[in-house]
Amino acid sequence: MPRSLSPGQSALLGLIGFAAFIGFWYGLTAAGIMTRQFLPPPWEVLERFVHLLNTRFAGATLLQHLAASFERFAYGFILAAVIGIPLGLLMGWYRLLDQIVTPIFDGLRFIAPIAWVPFAALWFGTGIGGPIMIIFAGAFPPCLINAYRGAKFVEPRLIEAAQMLGTPGRRVVSEVLLPASVPSIISGLRVSAGLGWQSLVGAELIVASAGVGYLMVQGQANMSTETVMSGMIAIGIVGLLLDMALRATERAILRRRGLET
Amino acid sequence: MRQRTLIGVVTIAALIALWFLATTVLELVSPGRFPSPPDTIAALWHVMLGGYGGGTLIEHVYFSLRLVALGFIVAIVTGVPLGLLMGWSRRAEALINPIFLIIRPIPPLAWIPLAILWLGLGDGAKILVIWFAAFVPSVINSYAGVRNIDRPTLEAAAMLGMPRFRFVTEVLLPGASPMIFTGLRLSLQASWTTLVAAELVGAFYGLGRVLNVAQQDLYPGMILVGMIAVAILGWGTTRLLGLVETRALAWNQAALAAKG
Repeated sequence: MPRSLSPGQSALLGLIGFAAFIGFWYGLTAAGIMTRQFLPPPWEVLERFVHLLNTRFAGATLLQHLAASFERFAYGFILAAVIGIPLGLLMGWYRLLDQIVTPIFDGLRFIAPIAWVPFAALWFGTGIGGPIMIIFAGAFPPCLINAYRGAKFVEPRLIEAAQMLGTPGRRVVSEVLLPASVPSIISGLRVSAGLGWQSLVGAELIVASAGVGYLMVQGQANMSTETVMSGMIAIGIVGLLLDMALRATERAILRRRGLET
Repeated sequence: MRQRTLIGVVTIAALIALWFLATTVLELVSPGRFPSPPDTIAALWHVMLGGYGGGTLIEHVYFSLRLVALGFIVAIVTGVPLGLLMGWSRRAEALINPIFLIIRPIPPLAWIPLAILWLGLGDGAKILVIWFAAFVPSVINSYAGVRNIDRPTLEAAAMLGMPRFRFVTEVLLPGASPMIFTGLRLSLQASWTTLVAAELVGAFYGLGRVLNVAQQDLYPGMILVGMIAVAILGWGTTRLLGLVETRALAWNQAALAAKG
């Protein structure tokens, strides 16, 4: 049996693991195994990160780049949710629509979101339109799939009960089907935010003239490893905050329903 | 079921007809924005026979497929054992988890510039990035797989005094295998996405390279050919993995049924 650890033990081991990671990194640089340009020591990356926060690099400060990225992300993500969720719900409720859309969707699903980059650039340019389309391509499928599942797999008992009590069709939709699919929709949104954020990074690496991805490409072109790593840290932090926010929403909704485990 | 197939076929046929109508007959869509079916077929011949972006289609496919296979295999060979270890030993979990928590939020694609700085535009950088992308789902799902093994099974093995090696190969691995395969499927998807992105950022061969050159040449027919090729490869490799999964899990009817 895996022995369980006390919280103290587990915190201590965690600290050791973390220290080993930083120590290993530092050791590689201090022992001269890796040149500074290849792998800068941890604090230099941190210093660079703080420095970039309010110094312009590649046309803007890190915070401004982040704001540009986040704006694109928000548009693409909202667009994906606004189109994907209603379409998924309708597909779950109307079989004909399901049968028409599913083959198209299945065909498109295997195209990696990033593979849309050339068309996105051709159709919407490299400013804000192109990246938004890539984010949309990444964030759309989970929105649609989870809304579809949520709508399709509503407990039949709930619908039967509503119908038996003589609830009119429209109210069955608004008061039974829709609320019952909310948990699935929310977890779809979480997946879709993650994929959208990741697609944004890809899009910005290839086509963009601002944003964190662009900052990283410029850092790479200038052979500045610490700039690239600062970009990675910034992307990681925003991604993490995004996930935490959506997780909190998910939990709050489940708790209100008394579904929390 | 039959009705479903029929509607599917009709939909796809209607879409192709619509595509033909909009681009060739009515010319609603300009050929500079989206290719017509004849344009696409011409582009396909072009890349298959004459070559485009440094090679023929077969060469590009071979190149991309090889990189995905290498990165994917490296990732599962390292990721699955680590996941199993973290699932089994609380101590290993507590030790490794913090590092994992730091690295995990960084999307695989964000490693591309660093990989290029470190290893240049060749194969090494791509394999590194694919490894990062495919590693995380392998670890997480193997870990979850171990945690999902029935407690009585583990207790029975422990009570019967099973040697450690046999315990791993006969209890841990089979017990976690349904989840491991879920992880592998996610890893495979991530591998393709990452490879295409890495090749779009910079490469000498591969399907991403085709897409990149076609984008610069404003060659919509070739863009579409590249996208279709990526989709077919992604679909094909997923199918292949599915076949392996069905064989590997044949003994476990319950797991197969649960996966549908």
